[in-house]
Amino acid sequence: MNDGSVQQTEFSLAALQAGDKAEFARLVDVYSGPIYRLALKILNDPLDAEDVLQETFLKAYRSLAGFEARSSLSTWLYRIAVNEALMLVRRRHPEAISIDQENDSDESAPEPMQIVDWCCLPEQEMLTAEVRKFLDEAIQRLPESLKVVFLLRDIEGLSIRETVDTLGLSETAVKTRLLRARLNLRNQLSAYFGERLTEKKRI
Amino acid sequence: MSEQLPCKHLVESLSDYVDGTLDENLCSELERHLRECEDCRVVVDTLRKTIDLYHHTNPTPSMPVEVRDRLYQRLNLESFLKKRG
Repeated sequence: MNDGSVQQTEFSLAALQAGDKAEFARLVDVYSGPIYRLALKILNDPLDAEDVLQETFLKAYRSLAGFEARSSLSTWLYRIAVNEALMLVRRRHPEAISIDQENDSDESAPEPMQIVDWCCLPEQEMLTAEVRKFLDEAIQRLPESLKVVFLLRDIEGLSIRETVDTLGLSETAVKTRLLRARLNLRNQLSAYFGERLTEKKRI
Repeated sequence: MSEQLPCKHLVESLSDYVDGTLDENLCSELERHLRECEDCRVVVDTLRKTIDLYHHTNPTPSMPVEVRDRLYQRLNLESFLKKRG
């Protein structure tokens, strides 16, 4: 999917569960980057992201013996990381809505759709540092429950099934949140690029 | 594709549609509608472009070396860090 997504790598579960440090180091080597990136996007703070990164692998190391391989190792690691990150979010912002709630409280109020066709903008205008910054900020403006789903599915490249397993939500909830996250971002980008189109016409 | 339009129910199918996993019948219904509704076409095109931009521009810098070093220290894996140079 994107350049940052992790290829599935084979690990020896027997070695990991026997406490083989070399195998665990290999696991850390493959997944520390994606987990740090995910935590950074959820928390938007490098120090918090580093905490989550360390806690994730400490917990993983301690709980490997009990890992029953009902999900893949990567899904299991993502789940630990997401839980750690969301715990920090709740501590920092106790008012934030819980991701675990299946019923989304703001379901009834969809935003009006922005209808601006900005697909015609030249590619080089969409790939500037400024646009990249806006893309990042737009993710941060998503409600927490939508943000995590979008990050796992569209940034980390997990499948719907893997996202379901990671978050412990139903498939319907994941799909609904993914759609709402994508439509929300599309709206934000439409407003942003729409302004540029208007500016162009003025010149 | 705003709330007052008859195509509102099609909004629910958009994620599956752009991912190429939409049920065949719904897919034909949606595509038939897209041929007639300019607004929906714009929504679908810009939705696809939005996801595309996120897939192809990953603005987050990779993990800093010092973060990696501290992680390996915390996990008592420094020896494996050194081996990798």
